[in-house]
Amino acid sequence: MIYLDYNASTPLRPQAKDAMAEVLEWTGNPSSPHGAGRRLRAVIDEARKTISDFTGAQRVVFTSGGTEANAFVLNHFAKGPLLVSSLEHDSMLKNAVNPYIVPSTKEGVIDLNALDKQLTSFTSPGLLSMMLVNNETGIIQPVQEAARLARSRGWRVHTDGIQAIGHVPLSLETLGVDFMTLSAHKCGGPIGIGALVMREETHLNPLIRGGGQEYGMRSGTLSAPLAAGFGMALRASLKDDLTALATFQQQIEENLPDAIIYGKQAPRVANTVCLGMPGVPIELQLMAFDLKGIAVGAGAACSSGTMKPSHVLVAMGCSQQEAQSALRVSMGWNTKGSDIDAFIKGWKEIYAKPSLKEAS
Amino acid sequence: MSDRPIYLDYQATTPCDPRVLQVMLPYFTEEFGNPHSRSHAYGWRAEEVVEEARLKVAHLIHADPKAVIFTSGATESNNLAIKGVAHFYKAQKDHIVTCATEHKCVLDSCRHLEQEGFKVTYLPVNSQGIIDLKQLEEAITDRTSLVSIMAVNNEIGVIQPLAEIGKICRAKGVFFHTDAAQAVGKIPIDVDAMNIDLLSISGHKIYGPKGVGALYVRRKPRVRLTSLITGGGQERGMRSGTLSPPLCVGLGEACAIAEAEMASESARLTALRDRFYKTIQAELDEVYLNGDLEHRIPGNLNLSFAFVEGEGLMMGMKDLAVSSGSACTSASLEPSYVLKALGVEEDMAHTSLRIGFGRFTTEAEVDTAAKKIIQEVKRLREMSPLWDMHRDGVDIKSIQWAHH
Amino acid sequence: MAYSTKVIDHYENPRNVGTLDAKDTAVGTGLVGAPACGDVMKLQIKVNDNGVIEDAKFKTFGCGSAIASSSLVTEWIKGKTLEEAGAIKNTVIAQHLSLPPVKLHCSMLAEDAIKAAINDYQLKKSA
Repeated sequence: MIYLDYNASTPLRPQAKDAMAEVLEWTGNPSSPHGAGRRLRAVIDEARKTISDFTGAQRVVFTSGGTEANAFVLNHFAKGPLLVSSLEHDSMLKNAVNPYIVPSTKEGVIDLNALDKQLTSFTSPGLLSMMLVNNETGIIQPVQEAARLARSRGWRVHTDGIQAIGHVPLSLETLGVDFMTLSAHKCGGPIGIGALVMREETHLNPLIRGGGQEYGMRSGTLSAPLAAGFGMALRASLKDDLTALATFQQQIEENLPDAIIYGKQAPRVANTVCLGMPGVPIELQLMAFDLKGIAVGAGAACSSGTMKPSHVLVAMGCSQQEAQSALRVSMGWNTKGSDIDAFIKGWKEIYAKPSLKEAS
Repeated sequence: MSDRPIYLDYQATTPCDPRVLQVMLPYFTEEFGNPHSRSHAYGWRAEEVVEEARLKVAHLIHADPKAVIFTSGATESNNLAIKGVAHFYKAQKDHIVTCATEHKCVLDSCRHLEQEGFKVTYLPVNSQGIIDLKQLEEAITDRTSLVSIMAVNNEIGVIQPLAEIGKICRAKGVFFHTDAAQAVGKIPIDVDAMNIDLLSISGHKIYGPKGVGALYVRRKPRVRLTSLITGGGQERGMRSGTLSPPLCVGLGEACAIAEAEMASESARLTALRDRFYKTIQAELDEVYLNGDLEHRIPGNLNLSFAFVEGEGLMMGMKDLAVSSGSACTSASLEPSYVLKALGVEEDMAHTSLRIGFGRFTTEAEVDTAAKKIIQEVKRLREMSPLWDMHRDGVDIKSIQWAHH
Repeated sequence: MAYSTKVIDHYENPRNVGTLDAKDTAVGTGLVGAPACGDVMKLQIKVNDNGVIEDAKFKTFGCGSAIASSSLVTEWIKGKTLEEAGAIKNTVIAQHLSLPPVKLHCSMLAEDAIKAAINDYQLKKSA
């Protein structure tokens, strides 16, 4: 089986696995004052420090994942106004209460001119939230520029950095953002843990209340093994061979002249290719790839059960039909050249089968 | 294990059962799919194992698997159940009934609702830690949407009369939520027979992994709630976010083991607990049990060692991991609010230890622990001015203490 | 909570645990704190004719830091005049034992205990 769906979930890195395997054997509750608890707390604090070194954050609040981290920050700013980009992940769009949508350009990046106008139309500032790297297209968003515009008018800025880990520097200072969402399983850590990192020692209203863990902002017993895996995965992601990924990306695009490559005109990360197979519905493509033992993605993983057209591609001006035939190839730390060769070969074979094409 | 402290804090957390760990591990590595990826076999396989786990969780509480949703833990489950139901029904109903000895996360959720304008009744408990059913009945009004009463208390291990509470709630037409983090796998639970509408489960309190839990949300009659975390619409739209197959599998396996071994484990732990308690009672005077002994899970004792301060006592027992007060609040110096609710006087609350026995506790460990506690209590009593007064027949309450 | 090695030492090997005869006019007894607050200290001093503390004993109900604070001050006040003993500040005790902020009240209680014992002795003398 060839796995090319890293943006949905990245296989656990061996470094993260080793770190977790050790801690999984330990007993204790990290909140307990006795030795067993202290040892686990030290593991969590070490992971916290890794994340904080990685981003320059003053505060790192662990959550159950990216979706919760997004819900957490939006809950605090629920009174609005909320400006959210049209390219966001479902977890942003659905957690936002009455958001104002920032449109995107045909190239698949947020429209800075439109944002500027929107910002001036509000009398009081609120929160701007936009992702750093789009999960479907891999397009890098102009967060730095958008944040500068927003902050100059007193807005706070949040970015979903989940798909950017290892590809784009995540310094909160450089990006000029106040909050960032991170998720472990999108960078080779375990599913079940994420974080909201904060540039300053801010206090946000908790979404989950109770024992007062995580600076009183997120109650619940933390899992030290998950935290350890998260920290190690982040560290390891810095050493990924991005040149190799870029070569793979180029190979796919050059060897498939019939494919429509989305987001080619915009700055992109090296691990993602979003490509359309003219005339072949996505369901049939997926079935055919599955028979060949190749796992690829379609649109956002979270909504892929429904096979509705990708809102991201629609926002980029694609027709409903085009948006429905787009496939996502995403690669990572364990992707090999032979995987890419197999994908290219498979794509050509599927495209060559006349029976799959819609009678149009 | 001999160089490690003896672990007697099973209500704070339980070690992950090696059998659970073994079943989980492959899903961290070889089978790493996102269970919500519908486009390939990795995703399907992940979804399959998550559903199998859901079945096992449901089986343990006699529930419809479709009514079980996975969460990040009991804290989230409790937040979701209480705030979720309150918010969904707030147009017609604005009143919640709970109890003074609930876990912090239940009380905090309720306090937050009060700030939003909801009314909350905090039922008292009797000296044994159990609520009064008549008071419960009287507290429910036509504005009440939810009654939230924990199944088993985390500090004193006392079991509330769930079936009776469920009966009252059903008759009055209000939903019954129970925080069963300390109960599931330890006492038989049947959500239908007990008329439980929502039930919170924790992974790491039942020898499963940390970072996962579950919430049972009844489908017939249907309970609706406003979700805390929205997004991809996973878990019947009640809880979005990518589910972790290894964590779900771990919880499922933990539930299956708990179900298979509940009877034998209960018998074994009851014997261990009785052995420990008898040894202590034979050697020490002035030791008081907090909470009912009969309506109590087998693995818990909460004892006040009069005239010896709990934290000082813990310090003398570096080779024992026990707890004074709840794990979540023991960083602060306030005496336990649970013991306060039982009417335990503050001076006695300061002398309490929670001793939790569990699956991996051995008879030898229990004997060593009892010996160590007896030795330390005796040593510290020799150092305690209050012990002197007690021996001289001075009533400590007759002294005018300067409170600081 | 990690305890300093000095706190652990005093907790494990407390100095001068015991009782002096409270009825003796040369003995002053201080009893401070409250059981409901989680700590009670009893500090006794025996003062010679030159106004020097020649013996000190304590008993404490409390956490390790409270026990260590009282044990430490019994060592310190022995051989001191009442005036010198009365001048011992809680901050010095806290610093010596490296008490964390949440445990500062233990050192305050020890300072109070010295003052209370001296007060009791002086009351007896003047009676």
